[in-house]
Amino acid sequence: MMGELLEVKHLSKSFAGIQAVNDISFSINRGELVSLIGPNGAGKSTCFNMLNGQIKPDKGSVRINGRETVGMSPDKIWKLGVGRTFQITATFYSMTVLENVRIALINDAQKLYSFFARTEKLYHEEAMNLLEQVGIVDQRDRLCGILAYGDLKRVELAVALANNPGLLLMDEPTAGMSPKERVALMALTHEIVKTKNIAALFTEHDMDVVFNHASRIMVLARGSLIASGMPDEIKNNQMVQEIYLGASFT
Amino acid sequence: MSIYAVQFLIGLSDASVLFLTASGLSIIFGVSRIVNFSHGSFYMLGAYIGYSLIGDSDNPLIFWGGLFLAAVVTGLVGVLVEIVLLRRLYHVPELFQLIATFGVILVIQDLTFMIWGAEDLLGPRAPGLTGSIELLGALVPSYDIALIVLSPLVLVGIWLLFYKTRWGALVRAATEDREMVAALGVNQNLLFTGVFFLGCFLAGLGGAAQLPKGGANLLMDFGIIAEVFVVVVVGGMGSIWGAYIAAIIISELNAFGILFLPESSLVMMFLAMAVILIARPWGLFGKSESMEHKPPSEREDLTISGRKLPWNWGWLLLIAVLLVIPWFQIDFVMTLVIEMVLLSFFAATLHFIMGPGGMVSFGHALFFGGGSYAVALFVNYLQLPMSVLLIAGPAVTMVFALLVGWFCVRLSGVYFAMLTLAFAQLAWSVVFQWDSVTGGDDGIIGVWPTGPAEDKIVFYYLVITLTSLSLYVIRRVISSPFGFALRACRDSSLRSRAIGIDVRKIQWIAFTISGFMAGLAGSLYVYSKGSIFPTEMAIPRSFDALIMLLLGGVQSPVGPIIGGSVYTFLIDYITRFDYWRLLLGIMIMLLIVLFPRGISGIFSSGIIQRIKLLGQSE
Ligand SMILES: Nc1ncnc2c1ncn2[C@@H]1O[C@H](COP(=O)(O)OP(=O)(O)O)[C@@H](O)[C@H]1O
Ligand SMILES: [Mg+2]
Repeated sequence: MMGELLEVKHLSKSFAGIQAVNDISFSINRGELVSLIGPNGAGKSTCFNMLNGQIKPDKGSVRINGRETVGMSPDKIWKLGVGRTFQITATFYSMTVLENVRIALINDAQKLYSFFARTEKLYHEEAMNLLEQVGIVDQRDRLCGILAYGDLKRVELAVALANNPGLLLMDEPTAGMSPKERVALMALTHEIVKTKNIAALFTEHDMDVVFNHASRIMVLARGSLIASGMPDEIKNNQMVQEIYLGASFT
Repeated sequence: MSIYAVQFLIGLSDASVLFLTASGLSIIFGVSRIVNFSHGSFYMLGAYIGYSLIGDSDNPLIFWGGLFLAAVVTGLVGVLVEIVLLRRLYHVPELFQLIATFGVILVIQDLTFMIWGAEDLLGPRAPGLTGSIELLGALVPSYDIALIVLSPLVLVGIWLLFYKTRWGALVRAATEDREMVAALGVNQNLLFTGVFFLGCFLAGLGGAAQLPKGGANLLMDFGIIAEVFVVVVVGGMGSIWGAYIAAIIISELNAFGILFLPESSLVMMFLAMAVILIARPWGLFGKSESMEHKPPSEREDLTISGRKLPWNWGWLLLIAVLLVIPWFQIDFVMTLVIEMVLLSFFAATLHFIMGPGGMVSFGHALFFGGGSYAVALFVNYLQLPMSVLLIAGPAVTMVFALLVGWFCVRLSGVYFAMLTLAFAQLAWSVVFQWDSVTGGDDGIIGVWPTGPAEDKIVFYYLVITLTSLSLYVIRRVISSPFGFALRACRDSSLRSRAIGIDVRKIQWIAFTISGFMAGLAGSLYVYSKGSIFPTEMAIPRSFDALIMLLLGGVQSPVGPIIGGSVYTFLIDYITRFDYWRLLLGIMIMLLIVLFPRGISGIFSSGIIQRIKLLGQSE
């Protein structure tokens, strides 16, 4: 049976009375680069955290490659081939850029539990390739703790790609980058999605980037999906226009 | 039937004292985020001050007034400590705060000893409450009933203070969200000092209120601290209600534990804690700590661990010097060096989980002392040879570490630290109480090396060899993929999980390795001393290792060696003085305030610079 890669049904989550995500359903196929947009506080990050296992939904189901993942921890979900970048970057600050990618590769090769191997000899080429892909080779020996924010975002992407994921989840992958860098990074993502035939879901505040690269757009407002469709449909959607005129879009 | 009723009511009255003390700790933590390790000392101080104020008066006014005044004076001592010491430490890493409050414990211990002497003091009797009352078909001392009534009164008092005054509203706001209070433009110093007063006041009240039951003695400080930590962890940090409920649960378990398991009455309490924490890792009423984000100021200190450093020549030189020492045949030098080496080894095993692992354990003596006791017991009951026991001893502590670690890695930060402390105290209490097997306070003597190591020089070389080998293994593990994974879990558990790392499993394995190694250090140690006493497993022993790391610099790979050697040497020297605890306490405080990076920190800051430059120039 050939189902969707990601299938979400009736997902809901509330925090102390705030309905952060309210009964949303959608699905994503291979080869699609889908954008989830919405004002700050709309529930986008909460949604990502439920897809990736950081937050357990109150209700609903998430299926990745047909496997139900609600209740699974993030490390188990990763094994299904899911890569993730965070809105607030999470990297290993005491390690260099290269080491950040290397540790992900080591785990992907199931070599994490070697107690005497010399780490610096492992997966050098693979790590360098990933760094080259995201354009950060020149920074490879700098510690993540002292890296610029835009560069950290790139490290995160390289790390997320380390296990050849079938599904990429990217929460504001271009925050802190210049407009030019944004376009370049999303173009890269676009290319990866096409050439590797994987699925990606991303949030982004730069509308030009969204309309240029997304194959489909979903609009979240106050926890509910209020619109979904091709970029042109969304552009002309009455309700979406109202929300963006009414709310600040930072 | 009636014996159960009596135990139940006695449990309730113990709960009162425990609640008063624990609520103070919880309030202080809630606002300042400082785990006041010296809280037990304020409890002890309250008892001594109360003793002096009340004397043998049988005037109820003097008795009750004396209790209150003792609490006030204790609170004022707390204020002094806050202003002189802690105020300077709100922005330094938690570990330093803790060790500073450990310094406070030492100082208060010696000052109390100076003022009131070493004798246990019999507490005054409460006027009008010296008899017993018949309740639930049993005779219960009336003072216990008074105590049972006291704690709800105090609870109501705290509630009124927190919910009916502006100051209380500020304290609650600060407990919820510290940044918010800064934004409100409140004088934070005043707020923190006030909170410290209240917390120490409550501890002092607890200490004074138990005078008619338990009197005053110099063991009270460590005696209560583990229970207080258990109460606060079980109840949830910062929750007064939690402290109340947990104090009752814990005290009842203790009261009934004495009936069912007199050899180790504390076992039930710790088992209950373990069960509760599995179900609710943040305690009954605690809130889960949100996703971690360490402040940038700490990052710099964490960057160098596990990195290849130009120390190889230094190591070889050190080993060479150690190997030459026996040629001089000076017995006391060899003894001292063995002690320095083994304690450095012990510190290095703690460093392994604390530096790369970020897990601050307050109970590492469990494994050190555990190794010693395992060996001593095997020698005593089975007369096994040393060659076997140097494997069996560490194997035993490895099993301990597997068990303890399984619980502890479910928690992080201060919760982790408190849980390790509680487990260590449990082990200590078993060893201490179970006379018939462990010899209790008298310890076990006559544990000497067998085989070739009977010769002191052979034993010396054995110690050096095994220690160097173990340290080499630890170094290799730190730079192996597993070591990187361990650092990954410390740096960001969020990211680690997202790249498929099972954080708990990694930490659990590291904890177990550390427990095994500490057990080896302890096994060698008992042979070097020929005897073992419960103190090797007690809180101060755990803190020795922490202080050594602090002295050496927590994130420095040579920290344990430098810190361990310097500290052992120092202790060897200053214990010749009468008031060495006072001296040591003051030295610890000064060290933390003046050199927060330790001795090797002076070097390693240079190394950080070099690494950064290397990174940039390439
Ligand atoms: N851990 C949390 N606890 C309480 N409320 C939260 C938590 N995480 C998010 N929220 C709330 O849920 C809503 C959605 O937040 P979020 O998913 O971060 O939105 P977005 O990513 O679209 O900006 C917001 O109102 C936010 O305050
Ligand atoms: Mg967000």
